[in-house]
Amino acid sequence: MTTTPEQERPIGFGRLKRKEDPRFIRGQGNYLDDIVLPGMLHGAILRSPVAHGRIVSIDTTEAVAHPKVRAVITGADLEPLNLAWMPTMSADTQAVLATDKVRFQGQEVAFVVADDRYAARDALELIHVEYDILDPVVDPNHALDDGAPLIRDDLDGKTDNHIFDWETGDAEACDRVFDAADVVVRQHMVYPRSHPAPLETCGALADYNAVTGKLTLYETTQAPHAHRTVIALVAGIPEHKIRVISPDIGGGFGNKVPVYPGYVCAIVGSIVTGKPVKWMEDRSENLISTGFARDYHMTGEIAATSDGRILAVRTDVLADHGAFNATAQPSKYPAGFFGVFTGSYDLQAAYCKVTGVYTNKAPGGVAYACSFRITEAVYLVERMVDLLAHELDMDPAELRMRNLIQPDQFPYHTQTGWEYDSGDYPAALRKALEVAGYDDLRREQAERRERQRAGGRGSTGEGERQRAGGRGSKLMGIGVGFFTEAVGAGPRRHMDILGLGMADSSEVRVHPTGKAVVRLSVQTQGQGHETTFAQIVAEELGIPPEDIDVVHGDTDQTPFGLGTYGSRSTPVSGAAVALTSRKVRDKARLIAAGMLEVSPDDLEWEKGRFSVKGDPDSAKTIADIAMAAHGAEDLPDGVEGSLEAQTTYNPPNLTYPFGAYVCVVDIDEATGETTVRRFVAVDDCGTRINPMIIEGQVHGGLADGVGMALMQSIDFDEFGNCVSSSFMDYLVPTALEVPDWETDFTVTPSPHHPIGAKGVGESATVGSPPTVMNAIVDALYPRGVRHIDMPATPSRVWEALHAHSESPDAAGGS
Amino acid sequence: MQVPAPFDYERASSVDHALRLLDQHGEDARLIAGGHSLLPMMKLRLVRPNVVIDINDCVDLDYIIEDRDVLRIGALTRHATLLASDTVARLAPMITDAERVIADPVVRNRGTIGGSLCQADPGEDLTTVCDAMFADIVIRGRDGPRTIPMADFHRGPYETAVEPDEMLTEIRIPLRPGAGSAYEKVERRVGDWAIAAVGAVVWMDNGTIDDVGIGLTAVGLEGVATRAQDAVRGHAPDDDLYAQAGRLAASQSDPIDDQRGSAAYKRHLTAELTSRALRRAVERSQGR
Repeated sequence: MTTTPEQERPIGFGRLKRKEDPRFIRGQGNYLDDIVLPGMLHGAILRSPVAHGRIVSIDTTEAVAHPKVRAVITGADLEPLNLAWMPTMSADTQAVLATDKVRFQGQEVAFVVADDRYAARDALELIHVEYDILDPVVDPNHALDDGAPLIRDDLDGKTDNHIFDWETGDAEACDRVFDAADVVVRQHMVYPRSHPAPLETCGALADYNAVTGKLTLYETTQAPHAHRTVIALVAGIPEHKIRVISPDIGGGFGNKVPVYPGYVCAIVGSIVTGKPVKWMEDRSENLISTGFARDYHMTGEIAATSDGRILAVRTDVLADHGAFNATAQPSKYPAGFFGVFTGSYDLQAAYCKVTGVYTNKAPGGVAYACSFRITEAVYLVERMVDLLAHELDMDPAELRMRNLIQPDQFPYHTQTGWEYDSGDYPAALRKALEVAGYDDLRREQAERRERQRAGGRGSTGEGERQRAGGRGSKLMGIGVGFFTEAVGAGPRRHMDILGLGMADSSEVRVHPTGKAVVRLSVQTQGQGHETTFAQIVAEELGIPPEDIDVVHGDTDQTPFGLGTYGSRSTPVSGAAVALTSRKVRDKARLIAAGMLEVSPDDLEWEKGRFSVKGDPDSAKTIADIAMAAHGAEDLPDGVEGSLEAQTTYNPPNLTYPFGAYVCVVDIDEATGETTVRRFVAVDDCGTRINPMIIEGQVHGGLADGVGMALMQSIDFDEFGNCVSSSFMDYLVPTALEVPDWETDFTVTPSPHHPIGAKGVGESATVGSPPTVMNAIVDALYPRGVRHIDMPATPSRVWEALHAHSESPDAAGGS
Repeated sequence: MQVPAPFDYERASSVDHALRLLDQHGEDARLIAGGHSLLPMMKLRLVRPNVVIDINDCVDLDYIIEDRDVLRIGALTRHATLLASDTVARLAPMITDAERVIADPVVRNRGTIGGSLCQADPGEDLTTVCDAMFADIVIRGRDGPRTIPMADFHRGPYETAVEPDEMLTEIRIPLRPGAGSAYEKVERRVGDWAIAAVGAVVWMDNGTIDDVGIGLTAVGLEGVATRAQDAVRGHAPDDDLYAQAGRLAASQSDPIDDQRGSAAYKRHLTAELTSRALRRAVERSQGR
């Protein structure tokens, strides 16, 4: 019998093209800016041109007089409504529209509502604001200086720019290990400010119905239910009168977790005008005002024995949170999950202290697929391990192999209190080295270096070296990285956002004809939920994925949950869906038993049908059972009609995906240009639901990682002006900067997750930046370079080379 | 969505029509061809023309002609057309080199050589190309055409010799035997403006560099790198000569520190890329 592609479609886990893609490919996606409501008006935000300034006056007269303007709203208008300030996800406050001061360039100052978006923008120029310009705090290293300008004078009793101190681990035990260690390596490193820059910027369309009192809010949000609650608290609208709809989302990466002032302005605009009001930010607004990522200034120390046994890691971090502490993370974790900076290694001690400060920059910090700051933690530890390898003159792969947590140590309790669930780290690293051909790569590198030495470095200028053989003239670097992720937040006892426990619900209904609908509390931004979650139901109930409708992104249609970020959809909501499906199956068993007139215990399940043990021909399919569940015949005693269930899943622990990466770079010594020649990624995310989607997630994360390592940085000048406010200046990588990814995998299911899945959305973003940077430093090491901060731009690479060069003659070709 | 300040739109059906419209609307009018520089600047409200005059219908300005000893390129010729042209690749490979690294296919499909030159961005590649190749520029006004050398065309960042009531219509690149040329650019990412770039053309005679043109991009030098040219002219090429030319080109550059890199790095790149461009130009002149 010939197999057609149709028959290869898995009923359950397996490779399956995404169900949502036909509509995106055909231009039938429905993004926020596609939504048009009758009578809809358009909003635009006037933003601060300065980083720090006291507002002397705001004159809106001319703007109000514009014939197409319906309303001009300022902070002064919001104050009597108690809406000028709103709570952030970190329980700080953030100005909706500035009343007293502006605290970063791009901060929201006024909101114009007009008949069309053109008039709204034109009217912004008719608002005249006078600022008394204040000295800004731009460099976080000076935020706590005596006499530093006070940013948050709105907070009672605040006299400095300090936000929090947070520590983890045992400082004294760590000191003892460090004091006794043979080798200690120390390095300061900056994980620069970057921005998720989703292709679709942020926006909202608010439709307040004064008659029913109901607010329908279309939003670019990754967390519709959490937003509904926050908006109820902020705007004072009863929660049952708020419907949040998150339509198709064009990328989020954490940028669409916070509630932004623009959303609140759109709501106020709709209430004031009685019309639907749409606000959609432009690219520059997205880059200068919405949630950035990182900005961690870290000093790491690593202690080891002289034969390469890693003993302890210690780190001190200065965290730049911008003008408002608006990081979205579990309340008890002000530094996110940075506590996993102990990485994938079996240590004797660890200690970390993080200090958060205010600066005159946009708020944020937790975004860009960072897994609540695990990007920063993994970058730190993986760079430190490489620095140690260089110090010990030991191969970095060998050093890692000696120190990885061993399979029999799981569940593994780290020195900072995390319980890693499962893993076979050495197997993953071995596989990555094998796929990369690591030994051959090292041989090639040694040969190249030998040739370059023999070629007489610096004798006759670039010409000689250049012609020594094309790529042969380039510096070759091999980077190794290993990461452990901690995702699926999280146990509600430990993890909440603004008091909301981080659990998620789901509902599954099987219709009479055997088709089904699953309702989720999480929200896809491109991850493929409509396919993955259908496959989970399919795996549990034997209903083909195409027969399962996945509903999400509408608080009136879905059960409560905290949303999609921190790679939590599959670990939390995926578990909820699996358990809900099993409840449906349990009920189906009772109904099938009635239909077949046997005891439920006499039935056995194979995917999609119950049959009588020993009599496989006596069977009922899930579709038969569904019809009976809704049918006219009596059901067994105690069994209600219909076939549906609901579950809220409270994860007992996080899940811990991991991976081993290898990167090969070639650096043009004369220009500082880096080419990523190869990238090998071996990921272990436990049970693999849809390998195609996993590979897609990994590809995207790797591209992000190459971008962070080589080009992405949100920069400011001395006045606090953001100089990375467009895609001309904030560079994201294209297909031409990245190699053909080489992905592979191992499978270590999570022991506590119903289907053993661990989540994979952020693995590659976490694992790839240090791997690329390790490769770059590996290439430059023979020239005396020990560390280089991201992004490794051509200029920065060249300068690193020349800081150690004997003849720093800039113009000298010889 | 970024929205420009209000403006009016006119569509010119011919060069004469465009010139009449320019005359009629005065100096706040702007011609638009590809629009990939003008429109972003308008959307950021850095530029506020009262009228935008669309010249995309002036298709008689879209040509590449080998005319005896001149390569004539119409101002409305798209980057993509230049990149795909065998004539250009044969006669002036420096243009092909440069086009390959100008922006991305979307921009190249719309953007024109005339627009690039008139925008006169300091990081713009074709200005350097035309400098190095000693191109002549044909400008038309209501009184007819005038032709000026590239040296007189470019007046500094964002400024050219084209008056508000004139338009650039043609670029003329002189063709001489023994030529070879190349363009070398370093960018932070494909499609970005140059951190630094260098265009070089040599005219070889009997193993000697008979004449040479060297232009620099984004490093603060208007016109050509005369010191390097003087040092090279009349000599047989070798590595030392390339290196010397590089040093002299760097000595004439005046780059600034910015997000693309430090001034020291850009000076170094100027030397390095001058050397590389000269070598490739010589190799090409010798059919290698």
